[in-house]
Amino acid sequence: MFCFPAMGHRHCCALGPMDPMRRSPSPCSSRPSSPRTPPCEMLGYVGIEAVLDQLKIKAMKMGFEFNIMVVGQSGLGKSTMVNTLFKSKMWKSTVQGLGTPTPQTLKLQSVTHVIEEKGVKLKLTVTDTPGFGDQINNDKCWDPILGYISEQYERYLQEEILITRQRHIPDTRVHCCIYFVPPTGHCLRPLDIEFLQRLCRTVNVVPVIARADSLTIEERETFRRRIQHNLRTHCIEVYPQKCFDEDINDRILNSKIRDRIPFAVVGADREHLVNGRCVLGRKTKWGIIEVENLAHCEFPLLRDLLIRSHLQDLKDITHNVHYENYRVCRLNESHLLPRGPGWVNLAQTPAGPLAAPQPSKACQQDQEDSKDDDEY
Amino acid sequence: MTSEVGRHLLFQSHMPTKTTCLSSQVSDDEQKQKRENIRSLTMSGHVGFESLPDQLVNRSIQQGFCFNILCVGETGIGKSTLIDTLFNTNFEDHGSSHFYPHVRLKAQTYELHESNVRLKLTIVNTVGFGDQINKEESYQPIVDYIDAQFEAYLQEELKIKRALSHYHDSRIHVCLYFISPTGHSLKTLDLLAMKSLDSKVNIIPVIAKADAISKAELQKFKIKLMSELVSNGVQIYQFPTDDETIAKINASMNGHLPFAVVGSMDEVKVGNKMVKARQYPWGVVQVENENHCDFVKLREMLICTNMEDLREQTHTRHYELYRRCKLEEMGFTDVGPENKPLSLQETYEAKRHEFYGERQRKEEEMKQMFVQRVKEKEAILKEAERELQAKFEHLKRVHQEERMKLEEKRRLLEEEIIAFSKKKATSEIYQNQPYMASGSNLKKDKDRKNSNFM
Repeated sequence: MFCFPAMGHRHCCALGPMDPMRRSPSPCSSRPSSPRTPPCEMLGYVGIEAVLDQLKIKAMKMGFEFNIMVVGQSGLGKSTMVNTLFKSKMWKSTVQGLGTPTPQTLKLQSVTHVIEEKGVKLKLTVTDTPGFGDQINNDKCWDPILGYISEQYERYLQEEILITRQRHIPDTRVHCCIYFVPPTGHCLRPLDIEFLQRLCRTVNVVPVIARADSLTIEERETFRRRIQHNLRTHCIEVYPQKCFDEDINDRILNSKIRDRIPFAVVGADREHLVNGRCVLGRKTKWGIIEVENLAHCEFPLLRDLLIRSHLQDLKDITHNVHYENYRVCRLNESHLLPRGPGWVNLAQTPAGPLAAPQPSKACQQDQEDSKDDDEY
Repeated sequence: MTSEVGRHLLFQSHMPTKTTCLSSQVSDDEQKQKRENIRSLTMSGHVGFESLPDQLVNRSIQQGFCFNILCVGETGIGKSTLIDTLFNTNFEDHGSSHFYPHVRLKAQTYELHESNVRLKLTIVNTVGFGDQINKEESYQPIVDYIDAQFEAYLQEELKIKRALSHYHDSRIHVCLYFISPTGHSLKTLDLLAMKSLDSKVNIIPVIAKADAISKAELQKFKIKLMSELVSNGVQIYQFPTDDETIAKINASMNGHLPFAVVGSMDEVKVGNKMVKARQYPWGVVQVENENHCDFVKLREMLICTNMEDLREQTHTRHYELYRRCKLEEMGFTDVGPENKPLSLQETYEAKRHEFYGERQRKEEEMKQMFVQRVKEKEAILKEAERELQAKFEHLKRVHQEERMKLEEKRRLLEEEIIAFSKKKATSEIYQNQPYMASGSNLKKDKDRKNSNFM
């Protein structure tokens, strides 16, 4: 696999894990016009700005796509959080019965829904990772996840290099990965650090402190600072990445967000009556924790970040940076590998069901194993 | 939420959302979703992704827009003036000469700002079109130029490390074809040119200098033109009618094609306003008066309503066609020999391997030939050396023989000298003894000996 630390440096060292050259420069005032394109003064209104409306109409007609992955140990409230985010029953909140055995391997489950609001259609795919970090030995438990993410990139790449391409390539790439940190109150655990290090190179990661209702406000703050310190020490760049801030506005906005990451969230999908209002919340003997109340938890911040303000940005970074990095690694590799086991990788991956992808290709597994063997 | 809501406002406000229990909206495309096996979900509250189109628009504003127009028409037909009028600015001043031997294309890029939209506009003009006596080569440069832009984009797309989001898109989005207002029919050159361009670019034909035709003639002219285009199978750009908001207006505009336009940047006072118009002794032709010409319609269609569609058609239809043809030409296919799907990479690798093998073979061949030549040369040289050696030996032998002969001769000579000196000694002794006996005999003997000796 390309982005494991053992091999990641070799493959991705050419351009670094994040390529800062992502977008074209920022709007009018700050960018000087190049000498070859002289700015022209128009003597009157022409109607060029109508192109924005045209863009909007087309976008609304085509609909939007968004793919989220939630990662965390069982019982941290991942399914509930997804239900709360999109205010609907994406899936039943999983409650493990006493009789059901814990899954031995990590099996990813995806579910796709189309939701519509005020004429805007959104095709939402949520991928869950039950069994993550639940085993005794959690070594390499991130493999299936990284495999799944790479598989989506691979799928897109294969579609893109066809001769006769589809008009609109279906985008199944993971745009955002929400990582649930258990509310220990101390600091990030080794599993968290390992996972975040690997994942941040291939996908946008937003860490959240799960079940934050077990921490007081002060404890949350200390925990948050410690986590931020851990992230800095291990050079883990979570979304919004500092290197992609373009202009001063972006930087100011994103610094505010970065200051509050990871958000301390609480998920709830039941409604209760509080002061005559119907709110989503968790009812306990000592009170009702309102999910959408900023004084109680930071769920609104997470929701705003993911949906209301940075959704397009998440998709852009996935497309322009992570996907391009993957593509570069992949295309470079195919030139280096002679006809051998690596050659077989170039064939189209058999389109497996999206729901439960196994550690993708058998040959890649072998290749990875053999490469690991080489190191020892 | 208003449509102006930007990221700043959203995040800085931190306002709690409405938590009323709204009834949800059901998606109406249920048939399609059943086919796709995707459930449509009803939400029990307001989530907030209706701002998605705004987020998209914001990103586009940040990136800026690109629009490229190609103007094809004879010299002096009014291309530059029309573009000036369309965008309400003075782009360039000088007219061009009629005496160019070949058709050239001249591209110029300008940056226009309107409210918060930045438009990078590229105008490509054909210089010298229709001026030559022999017009056979007139439209090929245009086709080549369009292909070159597609090629540049394709190259960028196929690069390993690419920067598509930065790339200045130079592909032609629309071609305005200027038809002379003869009032009769299309010229052959026009027909041929449009036929060769229609699969590569969106063509919008316009009747230039429409103030030269009367209204009645204009109607007949338009009908004639359209019927000629249709009967010759020229695919001009049709304004899209699939979206209800603009379907009606687009459909009605489709009926007015080709637009009869008049361009002018000069202002004339009409009534109490200054309007763009052309002043004649018999009246004033107002550019923006819909009764006088179709200029407003053209501007409306080209810029205000369909600019995005033109760009999309160029990318998804014309560019894809070019790409497919180009890649197939290079030998790539999607389907391998056993009808199994092949990837571009496989074909590329196969070809690369093939070429590599070929190169190896050629290298071997050359090596062999070189070795052969060296051997031959060596043999020749050796031969020469041997010959030389033989000659040397031969000469040496000859020399040796000569020497021996001379030695022999010398020996003989020496022997004779010895013999002679002996005889001389003996004769001197005989001479001294019997001097008295027979002097004359002896003398005769002596003479005889002497004469013998000599």
